[in-house]
Parts: sequence; C-alpha cells; structure tokens
Amino acid sequence: MSFDVSLIIDSLPKMLRGLGLTLQLLFISSFIGLALAVVILLMRISGRWFLSAPAAVYIYVFRGTPILVQIFVIYYGLPQFELIRESIFWPILREPFGCCVVALSLNSGAYVSEILRGGVLGVEKGVLEAASAVGLSKRQRFIYITTPIAVRLAIPAYSNDTISMLKATALASTVTLLEVTGVARTIVAETFAPYEIFIAAAIIYVTLASMFQKGFGLFEKRMSRYVKDA
Amino acid sequence: MSEDGQQPIIVLEDVCKYFGDFQALKNINFQVQKGERIVVCGPSGSGKSTMIRCINRLEEHDSGKIIVNGHELTNDVKDIDAVRREVGMVFQSFNLFPHLKVIDNLMLAPKLVRKTSKAEARESAMRLLERVYIPDQADKYPSQLSGGQQQRVAIARALCMNPEVMLFDEPTSALDPEMISEVLDVMVELAEEGMTMVCVTHEMGFARSVANNIAFMDRGEIVETNPPNEFFNNPRNERTKLFLSQILSH
Ligand SMILES: Nc1ncnc2c1ncn2[C@@H]1O[C@H](COP(=O)(O)OP(=O)(O)OP(=O)(O)O)[C@@H](O)[C@H]1O
Ligand SMILES: [Mg+2]
Repeated sequence: MSFDVSLIIDSLPKMLRGLGLTLQLLFISSFIGLALAVVILLMRISGRWFLSAPAAVYIYVFRGTPILVQIFVIYYGLPQFELIRESIFWPILREPFGCCVVALSLNSGAYVSEILRGGVLGVEKGVLEAASAVGLSKRQRFIYITTPIAVRLAIPAYSNDTISMLKATALASTVTLLEVTGVARTIVAETFAPYEIFIAAAIIYVTLASMFQKGFGLFEKRMSRYVKDA
Repeated sequence: MSEDGQQPIIVLEDVCKYFGDFQALKNINFQVQKGERIVVCGPSGSGKSTMIRCINRLEEHDSGKIIVNGHELTNDVKDIDAVRREVGMVFQSFNLFPHLKVIDNLMLAPKLVRKTSKAEARESAMRLLERVYIPDQADKYPSQLSGGQQQRVAIARALCMNPEVMLFDEPTSALDPEMISEVLDVMVELAEEGMTMVCVTHEMGFARSVANNIAFMDRGEIVETNPPNEFFNNPRNERTKLFLSQILSH
C-alpha cells in the first residue's frame, strides 16, 4: 500500500477551513453546557427533592446515552412533532448546527455538573464550619469558600471533559456539518485516500487537544498557587 | 445569676444531644460568667467537642436550653447569626481558608458579616496579627506557615469579629510539641486581657495557671466542676481520679 505524505500536507490547509466550525461547536456548547451545569449542580445540592430529582434524572439520561444517539434523536426525531416545528426553538432545531449545539450542550451540562459536584464535595467540612463560626451565611459560604476551592479541584476533570467534547464535535459530520471531520470526509470522497486524509485530521485534533491541555494546566497552576505541593 | 447580679454569658440547661440512637450529651448544665475561663477535659468521646460546638450551633441540641449573651439558640437564623457574631471559635485542625492569604482570612468575615470597610478591616487585621506575633506573614497562604503559626492566624481570625467569648477545641492537639507553647502563650495573654474563654484541652499546665474552673466530662456528662487547686488536689469523683492519674502520669 502506498502512503503519500505530500497528500497529508496538501490537505491540511483545506481541512483548517473546517476548524472554525469545530471551534464554534466546541466553544458555544461548552459555554452553554457550563451554565447548564451550574444550574443542575445547584438543583442537585439544593436539598429539595423536587429540584434534585429532575437534575439526577437528567444526568442519568445524558450520561447513559451516546452523543451520536442524542444528535440523531434531536436532528431526526424532534422535527416530527408539530409542537416543535411551531415553537420558538424551531429556527435552531431546523439547522444541523443548532441540533449539534443542543446535543453537545446538554451532554456537557450533565457531565460538567457531576465534575463540579465532585469539586464541591471535595471542600473540607472543617473549613466550612470555620466559615459558619465567623458568621458567614450559607450563601456567603458557597460564594466565597466553596466555589473557589471547588473550581480548583474540578479543573483536571473539566480539562478532560473539554477534550472529550472537542472529539465529540466530529460527530457533527454525520448530520452534514463541514467541521474538520466533515471536510476530511468530503476530501476523501474526492481523492479516495482515506488513510492520509484522516491522519491529517488526527494531526489537527491532537494539536488542538494538546493546546487545551496546556492552557488548562496553566490555569490549574495559577489556581493552585496556595497549595503546598503544587 | 452570679453574686454580682450579672447574667451568665453562656447558659446550658438540661442540654441533650443524640447522634442517631447514641446520646452524646446527657442533661448538661453549664454556665460561664463574663470574664471567666473554663477548661473542659475528659476522655476521648466524652462529648467535649459536641458540647462546645452546640454553643455556636455547629451542632444542634435536641432538648434543653442554650442561651448565649441573651440569645436563645433555636432554629431562628437571627439568633444563630447573632450568637456566631459574638462567639469566636478555634479548631483543632486550624481550618483556615486555604485559598486566601493570611490577611484575607482575617478580613473576610468583618467585610461580609460586619460590613466593615476594607481599609478598616485591614487595619484591625494587621493589629491582630501583631498581637499573635506574625505580622510578617500577612501575605502568605496558610499552607506556607507552620502549624503553630496557622493556629495563631486562626485565633486572630476569630478575634477579628470582636467576640465576647472564645471557644477553643483542643487548639494544640494537632501541633508538634515545639509549637504548643507559642499558641498557649497567645491564649494566656488573651486570658490576661479578660477574654471569656471555654477551652477544651489536655494541657494541664495551662488549666492550672489560667482556668477559673475545670469541668470534667465523661460519657456525655459533666461529672465534676472545680477550681484548679481543688480539681487537681482533691478530685471527688472516681472517674476524675482515674482520668487525672492517667493524664498526669506522663
Ligand atoms: N457527627 C457525628 N455522628 C455520629 N456520632 C458522633 C458525631 N460526632 C460525635 N459523635 C460521637 O459522639 C461522641 C462524643 O464525641 P465528641 O467529638 O464530642 O467527643 P470528644 O470528647 O470531643 O472526644 P475527643 O477527645 O476524641 O475529641 C463520640 O462517641 C462520637 O463518636
Ligand atoms: Mg473533640
């Protein structure tokens, strides 16, 4: 079998045209996902069953199903309902991009809320008691003590989740989007060289992933300046 | 009522506390007058921590009455807040806010709870750091300090709220031996300045020199309360005698 390195090099610039879409999917979904995650987290730790139970069900469903299935359900399934087609969400759900953002955001919301919950549970009980003892209210404790400590504890897992999300954006190619993988597939259809082209795509993903990892590493280091062995 | 007609600053009346089926406090009756220094001692698991944690509502008592500086502790958040503003607490494991510099550990509660201005909070924080002999550590993080220094920061943090009463729960038990005295020295000075103190400790030297009264707890009860001389030289209860023989033998 022949292997054409120049084909990889030639295809890279073309594929970078998909990069914008990949990053848009990633950033928009991560942002919405994070906001959702905070809401779900607050519901889960609210101590009220009518808030925590729906949050737990949501997490259970979205962690327990493949993202691809979620995308298909949203893209192919929802438009069958009159109700959806007439709702204000239709302009979003009509487009494959909107469907992917919805699916990825919902997915990220479920995972990230669990990551944040891990951080919250990692805050030492004694430190919170000390905060109570000096008179901080429950709300003040959450804002000034729990949140900054939990954020630091959550960074490594959150970093992993972002990289998973980056890779999950490739699934958008299954619903016609021309992000990096989507572009790769169209080039393959023209050149009949799947091996080289997908290696080129892999190079782009690896580069992105290592950049994110590096970025989160720096952020973690900054957030950990108060930790002795950091 | 004490002899001079003042209300005691802390009153516990028939206080009981359960953890599940286990009764950690059994009909505790306990009073502290303003300016008084009480040392609480007793074997592990006897309920010492539970008792002083009830005083600032870190634990909820199940029955009986707790009144601190005129506020009865119930589920009323206003009373709990009032009590916590007036009662400072120092823990065995320091429990400093790890993500805040020493100075910010001291300024947080005055700013948030007392709405003190930043400049004012900083000024009184620095004064307190001087009082515990570590003004030069103000801009460090707790993890960069020794245990003894951390505990002194914790004392200063509690004092920042200008409490009427200070509670100490084994403040020197987690310290290396060479650091115990630097913390005890600060506590002795606090006592000399007239601070009302309730102190769980097994530092009998401290108890002897500082306490007005020593309360001995065993199995959820206060077995005996006496001034140090009486307590050490003439213990009444068999359990007190046994405890003293164990603790003073080394
Ligand atoms: N949160 C809790 N849940 C269940 N049991 C508890 C809890 N806190 C304390 N206890 C139990 O209550 C009893 C009294 O505990 P407490 O911590 O008050 O003892 P202590 O006198 O402070 O002991 P030590 O000298 O070891 O600190 C112990 O038997 C302990 O196991
Ligand atoms: Mg204890």
